[in-house]
Amino acid sequence: MAATVKRISATTLVVCFVAAIVTIILAVCVGAVSVPASDVLHSIGWHLKLPFMARTAGTNDIIIWQLRLPRVILAFVVGSMLASAGATYQGTFRNPLADPYLLGVSAGAGLGATFAIVSGKHISHTLIPAASFVGAMGAVALTYTLGRSGVAGRMSASLVLAGVAVANLLTAIQTLIQQQHNDKIREVYSWVLGTLNTTGWNDVRLVAPYIGLSTFMLYRYRRVLDVFSVGDDEATTLGLPVERVRAIVIIAATLGTSAAVSVTGLIGFVGIIVPHILRLLVGNSYRALIPLSIVAGGIFLVCADLIARTVLAPAEIPIGIVTALIGAPFFLYILGSRRIRTSV
Amino acid sequence: MTTLNIHDMSVSVNGHDLVHEVSFSLSVGEWLCIIGPNGAGKSTLLKAIAGITASTGDMYIDNHDLRRFNERERACWIAYVPQEPILPAGMRVFDYVLLGRTAHLNLLASESPKDVDITNIVISELALDEFRDRDVATLSGGERQRVTIARALAQASPIILLDEPTTALDVGYQQEVLELIDRLRREQKIAVVTTMHDLTVSGLYPDRLMLLSHGQVVSNGPASEVLTVDNISEYYGAQVQIIGNNGRPIVVPIRTIQDS
Repeated sequence: MAATVKRISATTLVVCFVAAIVTIILAVCVGAVSVPASDVLHSIGWHLKLPFMARTAGTNDIIIWQLRLPRVILAFVVGSMLASAGATYQGTFRNPLADPYLLGVSAGAGLGATFAIVSGKHISHTLIPAASFVGAMGAVALTYTLGRSGVAGRMSASLVLAGVAVANLLTAIQTLIQQQHNDKIREVYSWVLGTLNTTGWNDVRLVAPYIGLSTFMLYRYRRVLDVFSVGDDEATTLGLPVERVRAIVIIAATLGTSAAVSVTGLIGFVGIIVPHILRLLVGNSYRALIPLSIVAGGIFLVCADLIARTVLAPAEIPIGIVTALIGAPFFLYILGSRRIRTSV
Repeated sequence: MTTLNIHDMSVSVNGHDLVHEVSFSLSVGEWLCIIGPNGAGKSTLLKAIAGITASTGDMYIDNHDLRRFNERERACWIAYVPQEPILPAGMRVFDYVLLGRTAHLNLLASESPKDVDITNIVISELALDEFRDRDVATLSGGERQRVTIARALAQASPIILLDEPTTALDVGYQQEVLELIDRLRREQKIAVVTTMHDLTVSGLYPDRLMLLSHGQVVSNGPASEVLTVDNISEYYGAQVQIIGNNGRPIVVPIRTIQDS
């Protein structure tokens, strides 16, 4: 029988959509004060002006609509962004260790945020995101300018190397500034570890357009990412404008990732672990990996944040530590069970 | 009739000529084989024609200037299979062959049923049906070569460049692959350029041989004119004997030291 192109089945799409909704609602229910799922549905429905939804009683409505839902939604979109950008970089650079911070986003954002933190008397919630966004975009622009002038035909390798150099340079400058402002180290440190402690819907409104545009672009380029898997030279002879496409996806991924880190700080591991878990489950085709990373990355970060804010409540564990603490063992478990399955 | 015309093609790296003023023309249905000792510039020449190594000189297909083409237009005319193709682990044979359709798709489009049909036809044509769902990374040498040729055929370009298509294959697989190329170029009217290092084999199927030495064409013509004792001694530095002179010379190395 003749074969056809493998695409994500309708069933998978429905399952993913339902899983995402259920995760979001459950994550809103759980916390210092538990709220029933029916209240969550009604509160969301009422605020979205859906018919037949009754307004939830005062406190619960504030907990749901003002406190938890913005945070859960922020976790979801940031997780989607980091996972899909990670998958994209692994594809265009043919490098399994690539993550969204490969070209210097984290170091640039860190330097920008540190500048903002040490320059103000009190922490400004508008200045830090703006400064880290500019820092992240600037760092990738610098990496791209330097890496592009590398040896012809080896651009992907020279970009990665330029990224390493730029990241080290910016991190050194950041450390220097940090050492000279001992009193602010704690704040810089907590930003670096990442946090989803939001200021309500503002942060979501701030980053959603960038992340939306960025993930949409990466989704559109999912088929082309498969062509990169035969290497730059062969992809060129197959008719792919390799450098142009790489530039486009780098710009798209950088825009969204910079926006994400500007409000949440550096959340590590999501961009590596989520795509790799998916690879073990559904294979290496980006036609499936990109859309599934968008959904699974969101679910993963919502769950990680749930653990971060409940396990040691009322204290919070930094989200970056949770992603590594639950991500690494889970990844190793999948790797192990997969190996057993294929060897049988 | 589609004809590839290469005129005075040179490839220069750091002021050092790897390929120097090579010219030839080739029509569909013909097979040109480039031979020469290691480092003569065979692979570089092929990469230059494929457009992945910078070069100077004219490249025309009929009256189309290849240098004015972008990647996609060029890929519609020329397919290229490198000496060691990258076969991505986890990719099905079908999906790999389907990559050959890239040049026929808009950047953001998905494959049409026509692309899928062409891919399936090529797979059947090369007797790869049973491998359709196999992971390309698990194929044997001969199967790999057939799969990469299938990808080049799915590209549906009238010119195919194959870098050392039979290197690393056992004699049986060599024969299979070469006879496959020979049949396809006649049936499907494809111009084929290969490089090869086995001299006897290079005289068996291709119409013409082009001997390169230090990037320059030093001999060009049918096998019987190129594969001579003098040429091989001068450019390969090898002592050989040529057996059989029915147009298909057999090159046999001679032991030059005496038994003690």
